[in-house]
Amino acid sequence: MLEIKDLHVSVEGVEILKGIDLKVRAGEVHAIMGPNGSGKSTLTRVLAGHPAYQVTKGSVTYEGKDLFALSIEERARQGVFLAFQYPVDIPGVNNAYFLKAALNEIRKAKGLDELDAMEFLEFLKEKMKTVEMDESFLNRPVNEGFSGGEKKRNEILQMAVLNPKLAILDETDSGLDIDALKIISEGINRLRSPDRSIILVTHYQRILNYITPDHIHVLMGGKIVKSGGKDLALQLEEKGYEWVKET
Amino acid sequence: MTDAGSFLNKEYQHGFVTKVDSETSPRGLNEDIIRFISQKKKEPKFLLDWRLDAYRGWLKMKEPTWARVTYPPIDYQNIIYYSAPKQKKGGPKSLEEVDREILRTYEKLGIPLEEQKRLAGVAVDAVFDSVSVATTFKEKLKEYGVIFCSFSEAVQKHPDLIRKYLGSVVPVTDNYFAALNSAVFSDGSFCYVPKGVRCPMELSTYFRINAMETGQFERTLIVADEGSVVSYLEGCTAPVRDKNQLHAAVVELVAHEKAQIKYSTVQNWYPGDKDGKGGIYNFVTKRGICRGAYSKISWTQVETGSAITWKYPSCILQGDHSVGEFYSVAVVNNHQQADTGTKMIHLGKNTRSTILSKGISARFGKNTYRGRVRILPQATGARNYTQCDSLLMGAQCSANTFPSIEVSNKTSRAEHEATTSRINEDQLFYCKQRGMSADNAISVIVHGFCKEVFKNLPMEFAVEASKLLGVTLEGSVG
Repeated sequence: MLEIKDLHVSVEGVEILKGIDLKVRAGEVHAIMGPNGSGKSTLTRVLAGHPAYQVTKGSVTYEGKDLFALSIEERARQGVFLAFQYPVDIPGVNNAYFLKAALNEIRKAKGLDELDAMEFLEFLKEKMKTVEMDESFLNRPVNEGFSGGEKKRNEILQMAVLNPKLAILDETDSGLDIDALKIISEGINRLRSPDRSIILVTHYQRILNYITPDHIHVLMGGKIVKSGGKDLALQLEEKGYEWVKET
Repeated sequence: MTDAGSFLNKEYQHGFVTKVDSETSPRGLNEDIIRFISQKKKEPKFLLDWRLDAYRGWLKMKEPTWARVTYPPIDYQNIIYYSAPKQKKGGPKSLEEVDREILRTYEKLGIPLEEQKRLAGVAVDAVFDSVSVATTFKEKLKEYGVIFCSFSEAVQKHPDLIRKYLGSVVPVTDNYFAALNSAVFSDGSFCYVPKGVRCPMELSTYFRINAMETGQFERTLIVADEGSVVSYLEGCTAPVRDKNQLHAAVVELVAHEKAQIKYSTVQNWYPGDKDGKGGIYNFVTKRGICRGAYSKISWTQVETGSAITWKYPSCILQGDHSVGEFYSVAVVNNHQQADTGTKMIHLGKNTRSTILSKGISARFGKNTYRGRVRILPQATGARNYTQCDSLLMGAQCSANTFPSIEVSNKTSRAEHEATTSRINEDQLFYCKQRGMSADNAISVIVHGFCKEVFKNLPMEFAVEASKLLGVTLEGSVG
C-alpha cells in the first residue's frame, strides 16, 4: 500500500524529517507515537501534499505509484485521506453540501455517477450512525462553532463517507474527553477493513486502549527510533519517551 | 498563495454579437436627439417636456467624482443614444414577428422566449439594445389585472400611471446619470400590480446590449398597490467589445400600504478583458419608496460584470412599520471596479432596515461598499442592522467600506459590523485533501461566504448566481 524510503523533509530550510523508512501493507494499522516536535504532523501533511513542505530526499510509493507526482486532490481521489489535527472552519458552507461536493469529485474521478441530493442524503445518514452524529449537524457550517470533539468526529465521518484506502489520522484523540474518545475509536474500528490501511498518529497511548494497532513506531527528532508490536505502547506509557532514547 | 492560480481565467460566455439591422440615431446628444427619440416612440407631450427638463438640468450638472472608481472622461457627444432592431410597422405583435436572430440571441443566453419553453412561473420582458422586443405570459397576467409590458407600451396604453409615478421616486435631476437617463431613455419595463393581488409568477426583464458604441438607458418602473406582492428579476449581458460602453439605467419602485416588492438582479455585463480593456460602465440609480404603512421593499443584487459598477439600490421608508432590505454580492476580478451599496432613509415610525453586503476582490479588482443610513427625528423606534464583509484573493486587490450612519432620535438604533478576510491556504488545502479541484474549492468557499445573500434570491436565480460567481472568479488567485 505505502512505502516510505529515506524520507527527508524541510520547512523553510529547516530539516524536520531526517530519513524515515516505513512500510504499510493493506489492512494494517500503524501507530506513530512521539513527543511534541518530533515531526509527526509533518509526516502526515507531507503525505497529503501540503505545499509548505519540501521533500529534499527519499521517496514515497503509494500503490506502486510515486506519491509526490500526484497533486493534493489526485492523492485524495486515489484514496489518501488525512484526518486533520486542527480542521479549519469554512463559514457558510454546510456539512452536507461540503461532503457532497467532495464525494462527487471523488466519484467522478473514479468514473462513477455523481449522487444527487436525495441519494447522497440517504447515504450520509447511514454513515452518520458510524460516529453517532445528530442530523442537525448536516446543516451546520463545516467546523464552525464545533467543539473539539465535534471537529474530530466530523473528520471520522468524512473518512466514512469518502471511503479511503489509506487513512492518516493526525492526533485524532487529542483534546477529547473519555466518552468522545470511545465514540471516535469505535467509529475508527468499524472502518477497519482488509483493504484499508490506517496510520494513527498520536502523542498518548490512551487511544490504543481502544484501537489495537498491528505496529507501533516511535518518532523522535525526525527519525523512527523504535518499532514494535502493541506492547511497545504500554512500555512507553510507563517509562516515557526518554526511555527510548536511552535504550 | 500557491496553486489556486489557475482559477480566474474563464472567458466571458455571453460575448457574442447578433447580426440584425438596426435603426440608430446620429451620434451625440442635443435637444433634437431627444425629440427624435420621443417622436420615434410617439410619446405624449408631457413626456417630451419631462425629458427636455431632465436634459436641461443635466447640462447644468457635473459628473460625480466621489466614487472610488477611475476611468477616462466619457465623451457624451460620441455616444449613440438610440439603437433599435428594425422591425415591422408598429412593432412585433407576437413572438412570430420578432426577428429570428434576436430570438436566437436570447436562446443562446439560456432565455428562450417561447412561452411553452419557459420554466413555469416566470414572465419575461426582453430588452434588446434600446427597445423591448418581447414580453411573455402577458395574457395570463392580464387575468390577474397585472400589467407587465415594455415601458413604451405602457406610455401608450397607461399614460396616467406613467404620468403619476414616473420620476416620483427618482426625480429628473436626482443625480447626473439619472438626469441623463431621464432625457434619453428609450425603453424598459413597466409593472403594475393592483390592490390585493399576489402576482402569480416571477416577473423578469432580460437586458441585452448588442450594438456597438451605443449606450443603453432603460427605465424600469414597478408599482405595487395596496396589499399586493410581486417578485421581479433582472438579468444583463453584453457582447465583448474593446471599447467601453455606457449603461445608465433608472429603476423606481413604489410600494403602497402592506405591499411587498422583491427586486433581484444578476448583473453580468461584459467586464472587459483581463488587462482592463473594454467593458461596460454601469452607472445605475435604483430606488424604492415604501410609501404605505407595513410595506416592504427588498433588493438583492449579484454584481459580477461591468468594468465599473456604480449603484446604490436604496429605500425610502416613509410608511410607518415599513421594511427595507439590501442584500448584495459584488465581485471584482482583473481590473474591474465596483463602488456599490445602499441608502436606507427612515422617515416612518418603527421602520426597519437590513443591509448585508458581501464584497469579493481578486487580482487588481477594486471593491467599495458605500452605505448610508439616515434615521430622521420623526422616525421613532427605527432599527437598522448593517453587515459588510469583504473577501480578498491575492495581494493586489482592495476592499473599502464607507458606512455613514446618522440617527436623529433617541428611540432608534443602528448597528454596523464589518469584516475583512482572505481565502486562506488552510481552507484550500482542506478542500483539496477531500478531493476537490482548486476551482471547486474556491467555488465552495465563496459560495459559503455569499450564502446569506443567495438565499434571498429566487431558487433558479440562486443556482445561476452561484455558477456565475465560480466562472467570474476562475483563475483569480495567484
